[in-house]
Amino acid sequence: MSGVAVCTRALTKRFGGDGGVLAVDCLDLDVPAGSVFGLLGPNGAGKTTTLRLITGLATPTSGTTTVDGTTVDSRDPGARHAIGVLDQDPRYYGWMTGRELVELAGRLQGLGETDARTRAAVVLEQVGLAEAARRRITGYSGGMRQRLGIAQALAARPSLLILDEPVSSLDPEGRRDLLALIADLRDRSTIIFSTHVLADVERICDRIAILDHGRLVTEGPLDELLARYALPLYRLDPEPGQAEAVATLVARIGALPWVDRVGEESGAIVVSVTDASVASAGLLPVVVESGVRLAAFERVRPDLEGVFLRLVGRDA
Amino acid sequence: MTGFRVLRRKEWLESWRTLRTPIVGGLFVLVGLTSPLLAKYLPEIVKAAGGSQFPTVNLPTPVLADAVGQVWKNLAQFGAFAAIILAMGSVSGELDHGTAAFVLSKTASRGAFLAAKVGVIAAILGLATLLAVGLAWSYTAVLFEPPSITGWLVLAGLAWLGLCAWAAITFMGSTVTGSTAAAAGIGFVALLVLSIVAAVPGLAPFGPGGLAAPAVAIASGETIDRIDVLKPVISTAILIAIALGVAAWSFRRREL
Repeated sequence: MSGVAVCTRALTKRFGGDGGVLAVDCLDLDVPAGSVFGLLGPNGAGKTTTLRLITGLATPTSGTTTVDGTTVDSRDPGARHAIGVLDQDPRYYGWMTGRELVELAGRLQGLGETDARTRAAVVLEQVGLAEAARRRITGYSGGMRQRLGIAQALAARPSLLILDEPVSSLDPEGRRDLLALIADLRDRSTIIFSTHVLADVERICDRIAILDHGRLVTEGPLDELLARYALPLYRLDPEPGQAEAVATLVARIGALPWVDRVGEESGAIVVSVTDASVASAGLLPVVVESGVRLAAFERVRPDLEGVFLRLVGRDA
Repeated sequence: MTGFRVLRRKEWLESWRTLRTPIVGGLFVLVGLTSPLLAKYLPEIVKAAGGSQFPTVNLPTPVLADAVGQVWKNLAQFGAFAAIILAMGSVSGELDHGTAAFVLSKTASRGAFLAAKVGVIAAILGLATLLAVGLAWSYTAVLFEPPSITGWLVLAGLAWLGLCAWAAITFMGSTVTGSTAAAAGIGFVALLVLSIVAAVPGLAPFGPGGLAAPAVAIASGETIDRIDVLKPVISTAILIAIALGVAAWSFRRREL
């Protein structure tokens, strides 16, 4: 696979007329074919609206989207032929069985009856729902519905898979299996998925786009973004029983001019700095001066969370 | 209309699994069985209920026209309720539960989505009406005299058209408002308003309310002018077309 699978140009969506909420603001996005593309952003950043515009479920206020070169039009279902969609909050017909729903999805994407039946069996097996396939969906748990959603999205072998928060209702095992499944689909399908779990993005995404207030903040390969935006990070593990002294130390570190952010994570102090050479020499003397005893002190690899927090200034 | 056949099949399965078809079928069977019986034995029931209080009242002997009138009245009343109930949640329910977004994220067109629903509602009402009229005809043949099959088929067709009008108006309400309760309200208000219109002399032949007179006359073996049938049929068909047109226009513009 090569080229661009999804391309948006000046894509804009405003809800509620001229004075309404600007959910997506002039978005230019190129999703390379065959990539696993992570869409990140805080709540209300416009991730779900962007995905709905790409699938044609919402109509843009202005701008265009093309999927595999075909312009998306909410009134023309043609471009959706190659798209598999998993909604953020998947809801299906409770009176249907899981197998019937996946067959319906396949049939609606143009598969013949026999092919749809065969594919349903395959994808239900893939997502671990083979045993529950003949049960009515009304009796499925949240996690099972999420797995079913993935199965129906995969039913017609889509070349573009759009997954909106696909791991939100899954237990750790289900999450691991889904990420493995997505990784396995790499190169056969283009996958766009939005999530709040930054560790998942780091694990499987080739490229990342970060949205905030409907605008594209940055976009590119993970390594490139880390190199461009990540600040040096230090982790200090104080010995237990020094809560008061640790709090004072955190405040002192936060006041240093070369410190970008400081916070406590599971008992450790995490410090991101703007200048690693100054920090390497200057951080330990501050600790010694405070009298806090450390069990460990290390410089750690910057992660996506640091980049995210730096760019949007709040949690995912 | 991409996906129409697949969606039509889904609608049939849904109406059966959610018991809509069996319940509507049962209601119409009841209408078919009880209407001729009621026409035949109503005078005796009234006499028995009144006892010695009304000794001087002489009730006329029931005839075929009474059976026809009773069948039409029950079909129009219970059938209208069934039509409104069938249509009120058809689109709003799917919008509310999020299942419309699931279907329309595939290649199914919005037109096919609506057409499958309308087609199945109309088919359920048609089959139920045929069942009710068939049973009523048989019972009428036993209790009175064998009526004209053609005349009763015309009655069934006209009754079905009237029921389709209530379903179409409610369907429009369900699509435009996205609310099942509001759709039911629109259906019942339309039923009330058009029933009042049917009582206005100049307007009586127009709309679903105007179907009663020609239907009862034809099924009772009377000969009537073609124009007396065409007026209500055409005006009802136009009403249905407008309601469905508004529904389609509104749904085409709706965000999912």
